[in-house]
Amino acid sequence: MKRKTIIIGSGPAGLTAAIYLARANLNPLVFEGTQPGGQLTITTDVENYPGFPDGIMGPDMMDEFRKQAKRFGAECLYQTVDKVNLSSSTFEVFSSDQSYSAESIIISTGASARLLGLKSESELMGNGVSACATCDGFFFKDKKVIVVGGGDSAMEEASFLTKFASEVTIVHRREEFRASKIMIERVLANPKIKISFNSSVEDIKGTKETGVTSIMMKNTISGIVEEKKCDGVFMAIGHIPNTKLFNGAIELDDAGYIITKPDSTYTNVDGVFACGDVQDHTYRQAVTAAGSGCMAAIDAERWLER
Amino acid sequence: MAKNVHEFNDANFENDVEKSDIPVLIDFWATWCGPCKAIAPLIEEVASEFEGKIKVGKVDVDKNQGTAMKFGVRSIPTLLVIKDGEVVNQLVGAVPKNNITDILNEVL
Repeated sequence: MKRKTIIIGSGPAGLTAAIYLARANLNPLVFEGTQPGGQLTITTDVENYPGFPDGIMGPDMMDEFRKQAKRFGAECLYQTVDKVNLSSSTFEVFSSDQSYSAESIIISTGASARLLGLKSESELMGNGVSACATCDGFFFKDKKVIVVGGGDSAMEEASFLTKFASEVTIVHRREEFRASKIMIERVLANPKIKISFNSSVEDIKGTKETGVTSIMMKNTISGIVEEKKCDGVFMAIGHIPNTKLFNGAIELDDAGYIITKPDSTYTNVDGVFACGDVQDHTYRQAVTAAGSGCMAAIDAERWLER
Repeated sequence: MAKNVHEFNDANFENDVEKSDIPVLIDFWATWCGPCKAIAPLIEEVASEFEGKIKVGKVDVDKNQGTAMKFGVRSIPTLLVIKDGEVVNQLVGAVPKNNITDILNEVL
């Protein structure tokens, strides 16, 4: 069965595209991936999405998005796409040894947390190293933790972690944060949060059994490396677009983002559209992702009618 | 919760898990954990597919910190496979279903 359209990804971009396409009777099939609802499912309060004056929890908001898409007939599969074939006019998507074909594809695979790339970091992931404070903060009651990063997500994670941890140290390699003012002010006003500017994490010590025991922290000005005891390390150093699947099939920029034609969601492959964080290195907000998801749906609908 | 997904807790853990005569898959989770919610339906599917061969159950880490601590759980969802009281495999994070079925087939 050849579908009109398949959506890969289930964050605000993918689900907004699904709402629009479902309402246009195009019966979209959504591949939700390993994180249905996307990055918002690992946040807490969303305070900047219009229409929620009292804020809403990220996971709850994404449940609402999904419900709205399903109400109009979108089909959501909790499956990961393993391979795509975009080289013939009927596009193919492979998932769990099955093939699905469609006339058009919308890519909304979003972004994932960037990691430092240390060997010890991947070894201790889930054993004290984490990229999700809201998931794992609970396990660090009265413990000392490190947050690596200097943007909004680092500020948010640090503030959140003070609910559990006895001490939170933000380690940032520059001499000032690039986070928004309101987030920085919250951090500075919090007595549990300490800050190490001009510092980078060179190594993480610990074993799977003991968990993280310390980090080796380098002062980027003096070059001096010192050991700092801690029980957890939370990464908040930005995101990388999830485009591995499309390497060679779609035009990407140097940072790995999908290139879309100006003022549209068209990619270099006719009939393939991209929306949300996977093609956005500037805004990366829930509301901009949703907006571009709507654009992709309209672009795809018009393209299908051509 | 589906009826073939057990609820393990600090009190019944020894009897229901460590002394189980078939391997056990445990899903450490909490109500506030988004990724845990995401894999919950998979755990139910796996429980019916492996019924009689693998016992499947969940541990709410909020209510059962003793068990979570005993296994050094520092991130959820964490999936453990336990055979004869010993941990034989572990997965951390929301993983695709075939990763879960792979570690279950391994232990059979």
